[in-house]
Amino acid sequence: MPAMWHSTFILVMVLLAISRPSLASQARTEESQGTGNATEHTITTLPIVIWKWEEIHFPYLVALWVLVSWLCKLVFQQNPCLTSVIPESGLLICIGWVLGGIIYGADKVQTFRLQPFTFFFYLLPQIVLDAGYSMPNKLFFGNLGAILVYAVIGTCWNAATLGLALWGCWLGGAMGDIDTGLLQLLLFGSLIAAVDPVAVIAVFEEVHVNEVLYILVFGESLLNDGVTVVLFNVFNAFVSLGGAQIDAVEIIKGIISFFVVAVGGSLVGVVFALLITLLTRCTKNIQIIEPGFIFVLGYLSYLTAEMLSLSAILSCTFCGVCCQKYINANMDERSVSTVRYTMKVFANGSETIIFVFLGISAIDPSIWVWNTAFILLTLLFIFVFRFIGVFLLTWILNQYRLVPLDFIDQVVMGYGGLRGAVAYGLVLLLDENTYKEKKLMVSTTFIVVYFTVMLQGITMKPLVTWLKVKRAAVAERTLAEKLQNRTFDHMLVAIEDISGQIGDNYMRDKWNNFEEKWLYWLLMTPFARKSCDPIFNIFHKLNIKDATSYVKEGERRGSLAFVRNESKADVDFNKKFDADFSEMMPYIMTENMGPDHVPVSSILRDSVPSVCLDMHEQDLKMRESEDFDAHHVLQQHLYKGRKQHRHRYSQKHLEVSKDEHEVQEIFQRTMRSRLESFKSAKMGVAPPKISKHLKKDQPQKVREDYVEFSEGDSASGCEAAGSSFPMRAYRGAGIVNPAFMAEMDTMDPMPPMQQIPSWLAEAEVDSSTVAPSQRAQLRLPWTPSNLRRLAPLRLSTHSNDSFLLADSPATQEGISEPPPPPPPQDGQGRGTHK
Amino acid sequence: MGASQSARTEHEFQDLADRTGFSLEQIGNLNKRFRQLSKNEETLSRQDLASISALDNNPLRAQIINAFFDKRNLRQNEAGTVQVIGFEEFLMVMSHFRPAAMHITEEEREKLRREKLRFLFNMHDTDSDGTITLEEYRRAVEELLSKAGTIGQETAKAIADAAMLEVASTTRGKMEPDEFYEGITFENFLQILKTFDIETRMHVRFLNMDTATMRCGK
Repeated sequence: MPAMWHSTFILVMVLLAISRPSLASQARTEESQGTGNATEHTITTLPIVIWKWEEIHFPYLVALWVLVSWLCKLVFQQNPCLTSVIPESGLLICIGWVLGGIIYGADKVQTFRLQPFTFFFYLLPQIVLDAGYSMPNKLFFGNLGAILVYAVIGTCWNAATLGLALWGCWLGGAMGDIDTGLLQLLLFGSLIAAVDPVAVIAVFEEVHVNEVLYILVFGESLLNDGVTVVLFNVFNAFVSLGGAQIDAVEIIKGIISFFVVAVGGSLVGVVFALLITLLTRCTKNIQIIEPGFIFVLGYLSYLTAEMLSLSAILSCTFCGVCCQKYINANMDERSVSTVRYTMKVFANGSETIIFVFLGISAIDPSIWVWNTAFILLTLLFIFVFRFIGVFLLTWILNQYRLVPLDFIDQVVMGYGGLRGAVAYGLVLLLDENTYKEKKLMVSTTFIVVYFTVMLQGITMKPLVTWLKVKRAAVAERTLAEKLQNRTFDHMLVAIEDISGQIGDNYMRDKWNNFEEKWLYWLLMTPFARKSCDPIFNIFHKLNIKDATSYVKEGERRGSLAFVRNESKADVDFNKKFDADFSEMMPYIMTENMGPDHVPVSSILRDSVPSVCLDMHEQDLKMRESEDFDAHHVLQQHLYKGRKQHRHRYSQKHLEVSKDEHEVQEIFQRTMRSRLESFKSAKMGVAPPKISKHLKKDQPQKVREDYVEFSEGDSASGCEAAGSSFPMRAYRGAGIVNPAFMAEMDTMDPMPPMQQIPSWLAEAEVDSSTVAPSQRAQLRLPWTPSNLRRLAPLRLSTHSNDSFLLADSPATQEGISEPPPPPPPQDGQGRGTHK
Repeated sequence: MGASQSARTEHEFQDLADRTGFSLEQIGNLNKRFRQLSKNEETLSRQDLASISALDNNPLRAQIINAFFDKRNLRQNEAGTVQVIGFEEFLMVMSHFRPAAMHITEEEREKLRREKLRFLFNMHDTDSDGTITLEEYRRAVEELLSKAGTIGQETAKAIADAAMLEVASTTRGKMEPDEFYEGITFENFLQILKTFDIETRMHVRFLNMDTATMRCGK
């Protein structure tokens, strides 16, 4: 398998190597050339096909690059043993080297290079937006103080110490003869100070450290990018001003601008988050582009901040962080998953591309300037000062933290200081005329990135294991835990109130109250307000899971009526709570145990669902039983009318038509086919007319008919045994309803059906002449023996089995009494529904 | 305040500090708060706690207040409730919310965890019989969700049932058809919350500095 991929790879690479042009630089020239060529060529004869490479080569190359990067990723995922040792980011860089080597070998010059503009405007935004959007909010805001300390003070510390230390070494003459200065070194320090979110996410997601540690490293890496960019801009301005011009005023201005840029960027993000949320309040009718709004506005928040020279990264992050909760509640569930997946596709895609390009760009002798002292000292200082910074800041934070960070966490934090693409993007932005040593800085940045991503990335996992860092619990929160969690929050607030303190819990409670009172009202649709409660959500999910397993179980047993068949196998709460038996029973019965299709349809329709006490037990059993594909099950059980899935081929609407007539038609067809299958079973012959008709319409239907026959059989059997005839809320094309069997004769020959389609009407006449006797039909379910036969019957497509089945009850004639006729109001109720 | 009296309280506080693990300043602060709540009486009654206006919006208000008067939480191994509590008892209850020390051994951590969970458990187990029955659990959940507004009582009940079933299925595994689950015992409770790092979360910041003056009108 991998071998095959490798060959695919090489093919693609060869293709790329042949094509030769560069990604960005030639784009503009090509454009003009393209138009030039068109006018140049005078057509002498009509060409059948023309080679139009020049016109499309730029988008073509971009697409190819994406493809190649993703293929690399695919190859890694095929070899889990490889990724368990080397983190993916490291592998991608290696691939980049190989690709770069091939290109360089073919071209003798490196034509592909990651341009800062491409990086900052096309690759970075989606990563940042995704990071913000999928940020665990509570954790993030709970640790925001610590994160800010690390991100702001920590980054400044790293930048300043590195710059100063390098300057000291330079003054001491350790680096030989290089043309630089304090400001330039400080600038270099600031650009390389930031821990890179891309690298950190890539490594830490694979290690699963505990959540506090994760959020600290991750949050820091995200926010300090903003800080670095600001620092970079400030120092860049200082350098161009020149050392002599800088006085106290300029420095103070720099500090002010630092805060303005950071805070302003965050505010822009919050404003855009508000906009997105308000928009999603009213996008209900255009669900197709609903997810698009999130991306466009998220991107706009990035661009707007950049336009105002505020911190774009911070803006985008906060946009994602602030809007996630509300948009997830406001939007349709499908849109939410669309956003989630698309976001991941974009982020993961550009992450891959970034790492590959980080590798490729390095294979170019023209950018390399080697200065051993400078490079090694930078590496050393970065490593050492990162640790010192983390220890120092943690020590200060621990004075205030309730749960102090222990030594091991600090080591991992320090070690997790991976540098990445942001540093590279920034260093490329430097102006070569001002910075004589730009090449050296670029080379050093490469080395630093490689060193941290490769070496530290590879050793991170063993280190975490070796130090026994507390790992994250991967398990999902259960409902009971969620409830305890909520209890817990309220309890802590209460204790704070009683002990008269204003603590974190107090603040959080106040915020929650405010949010519930005002923000929900402002930002959420009334419907969403209800469903945004996490407890309700998890409960809702549980219910859906139950419903699915319920249907699965039904499928496994061949009938959805199994609940009534085997009610003894359920956990019986009622036994214990005799007292509230009467109070509890009705709602369990009507809501859950009663009509077959309620757990599916009512929950999906999102009425207030209530738990079915039987379900979990079924669920447990299901785990052992073989796994059915729920979709398949639903497909088989939900009737499809001839026209039911008629899509309107429009870009605006994607919905299944739910026409009244169709619903009715489905209903009739259900009855029709049931009757036919029953008849065939009874008579032992397949009805010629109908089967022909069915074949014409839906050939597979014949087989299904027998399945349904068995269902109806067992269902009506136990129904009669219980002598209860639960009211069925028949509405639309639901699950095949076994009750129709018993009811058939009351409506025979179905005069009330209006608008029978002509093709059905033909069969109608036929059926009325050969209609099975009422007694035989009713008696059928009464044989206890026929239940045993259900399994073989279910699988068979031959009428022989059903013949046997239908035959056996005939022998028991007279023993059984006729079941109670369906209550009249039942028929009426259904009549009104039609 | 005479010198002899302050010396006495000093001594008492030292004694309390040894037993509850609070620092002397924290005890001093809590003592001030206690006096404030009890209106300078020696004992605190339910009404005193119920009159804290900040608690009005707390759905668990009644449960929390009960917890203060529950003998099980007062580190006495007996069930039942008391009508009034003194400062010592007040501190005892509060000490459940003390953050864990930085360096503790694994056993100590486990012990702490059990203690904290026991407090939570007792809050649900209103009749002190050692199990949280469905009845009790439902009431607790209903109360908890009563302030959420969007969730009705019926739903709350259903949620309680679902959670109970979840507990039953995680703690018992597969149940026999005629078996029934009589309620959550403490062992079950430990089991379902085993990933819940309560020892690092169930705590309140007891400041060393005097905050009683910062909150007026209580």
